[in-house]
Amino acid sequence: MRDALGAVQSVLVLGGGSEIALTTVRKLVGDRCRTVVLAARRPDELAGTVAELQAAGATDVDTVAFDALDPASHEKIIDGIFEAHGDIDVVLLAFGVLGDQKEFDADPASAAQAIAANFGGAVSAGLAVAHNLRKQGHGTLVVLSSVAGERVRKDNFVYGSSKAGLDGFAQGLGDSLVGSGARVMVVRPGFVHTKMTEGMDAAPFSTTPDVVADAIVEGLHKRRDVVWAPSQLRYVFSALRHLPRPVWRKVSDR
Amino acid sequence: MTRELLTGWGRTAPTAADVVHPMSVDELAAGLERPPERGVAARGLGRSYGDPAQNAGGRVLDTTGARGLIDLDLNRGVVTAAAGTSLHALMRWLVPLGWFVPVTPGTRYVTVGGAIANDIHGKNHHGAGSWCNHLLAMTMATPAGGKITVTPQSDPDLFWATAGGVGLTGLVLDATFQLRRIETSRLVIDTDRTRDLDEVMALMTEGDDRYEYSVAWIDLMARGASVGRSILDRGRFAHVDELSAKQQRDPLAYHAAAILPMPFVAPPKLLNPLTVRAFNEVWYRRAPRRRRGHVATIPAFFHPLDAIHDWNRGYGPAGFLQWQCVVPIGAEETMRHIVEAFSASATTSLVNVLKRFGPGNEGMLSFPQPGWTLSVDLSADAPGLARLLDRLDDEVLAAGGRLYLAKDSRMRPSTMAAGYARLDEWRAVRRRVDPDGILQHDLGRRLGLV
Repeated sequence: MRDALGAVQSVLVLGGGSEIALTTVRKLVGDRCRTVVLAARRPDELAGTVAELQAAGATDVDTVAFDALDPASHEKIIDGIFEAHGDIDVVLLAFGVLGDQKEFDADPASAAQAIAANFGGAVSAGLAVAHNLRKQGHGTLVVLSSVAGERVRKDNFVYGSSKAGLDGFAQGLGDSLVGSGARVMVVRPGFVHTKMTEGMDAAPFSTTPDVVADAIVEGLHKRRDVVWAPSQLRYVFSALRHLPRPVWRKVSDR
Repeated sequence: MTRELLTGWGRTAPTAADVVHPMSVDELAAGLERPPERGVAARGLGRSYGDPAQNAGGRVLDTTGARGLIDLDLNRGVVTAAAGTSLHALMRWLVPLGWFVPVTPGTRYVTVGGAIANDIHGKNHHGAGSWCNHLLAMTMATPAGGKITVTPQSDPDLFWATAGGVGLTGLVLDATFQLRRIETSRLVIDTDRTRDLDEVMALMTEGDDRYEYSVAWIDLMARGASVGRSILDRGRFAHVDELSAKQQRDPLAYHAAAILPMPFVAPPKLLNPLTVRAFNEVWYRRAPRRRRGHVATIPAFFHPLDAIHDWNRGYGPAGFLQWQCVVPIGAEETMRHIVEAFSASATTSLVNVLKRFGPGNEGMLSFPQPGWTLSVDLSADAPGLARLLDRLDDEVLAAGGRLYLAKDSRMRPSTMAAGYARLDEWRAVRRRVDPDGILQHDLGRRLGLV
């Protein structure tokens, strides 16, 4: 159960390889979290992480095979996790691919697949999670969105549009869960230095997984609906959102 | 039955449950039938600060419809009341007849069932013990045993597992308890304003035994040499000849009502560090340095906060919590350190109470034990609060103390287990009366009790 100060006792990560998600999990385990389930495409690669989390105090750590591109499997896998581990206080929906806009331009089918993972997979997984949270009467689904979806730019509009879809889905799902005890928290990080963005030029207000994880933990404590990381991006994007298209094209051109 | 979001009095961790509103004791007992997968919990007036009256995803029985007196012996002062009867109602009926509840906490808006589930205590604990010391019998519905009458003689294990057992050993349907005779509805109060913590503890140690009721309000916003400055109120019920001529015309007159509603649109955070510090200063200054024989009413002495409806909304949307510990006599140094830690922290605390407990009872999870108890109100969004409280929990445990479940909304499961030595004994009774774990609630899940 989540306590009065936002500490949680169990967490499920969908996209168990995500640096932001794992940094968040480490912080939760450092407090009261004792149950951790990591669902990832290649769970065997997470043995080191499992050992590390156990050493940090988690008593029930498990890994599960999960493929974002196989939506037909999601309901069964997620139901199985809730069945096996009991209540889950927080679910981090953290999978996604960034991709390269030029490659997407050259191979339209790969672009559709990125959308299928980032958006389609999140829809089937998110709905399956919501069903379980509704049933248990509490719990927070944390959806890792991105400022890239807040206003899509031409340099990565496939990724950006997948996050725009995801963000809208998460907000709608959150609204539909009001009164059920379950909640959705949308997280919108800016440019985060991770292995996913290695070698890319950092955007203004770039940040680290640690900062995003702190923002998530703080958001859980304060029961926020939306979290920006770093927090200034909320104000930056409230201006950027309204720029005329020609100006936005210039500002976002990098 | 409707799905409702529920929180405790602190308004901190909402969860949803199917709430049922039985209108009689029989309907209440039927609430255990065909239990849903996530079990059944009882909820009275929702004054516990944390989550014992919530049952996420399961069923919650609102006991307040099962109320009223079932039996009343005015000669012996023994009453049987349905579980959902409030202490407020009991006082309205019984005070004019010359009887008072054996124990009252700082609010009269608690039910008889809740009084048992938390084995509540009051200002007379040093002499009279807690609620279940005065409990003679109760009718319970348990998942394994159906409807049974339980007394300390008939089934001591179940009786004392239920006293303070946070509702997880069965539904209390009604309770029979001993009342206290009163000649008047007023109290004679002696007040001492103390410079610091040492002075108030010395006064309580030396003189509490001369008073039936004793409690100190402690200012946790004061710093420096004033750390722990307090107002100590002690008293007893007045005799008729101690009342004014006007009061003597109706010595048992009793009027209790909430006079001030919270504004519907309360300022987001009425109780913030600024207002609370100012309030504490004024409250301390307006108390007399030393006053003897002041006559006060029952609501003014026992339930000052009940004058404001929904005062819990004053802390704003983040909600608040209460932290209440007890440390043994002899651990005054630990208590001093705790008071200093709160005073030095950035927390905001308005309603802080220090009391010297007398002996505890046989309740396996009953909170009181001989020693010092401190309860502190804290805004949930105070920076660094989680860590501060974890650290103080450890100091309380190291001194041989524990925390009160009725106030808890955040302790670690290990803190609970370390503070309550008879937890395994309690678990064994629970397994006997509820082998399938039908009685469930959020606090039980959070602390690993169920």
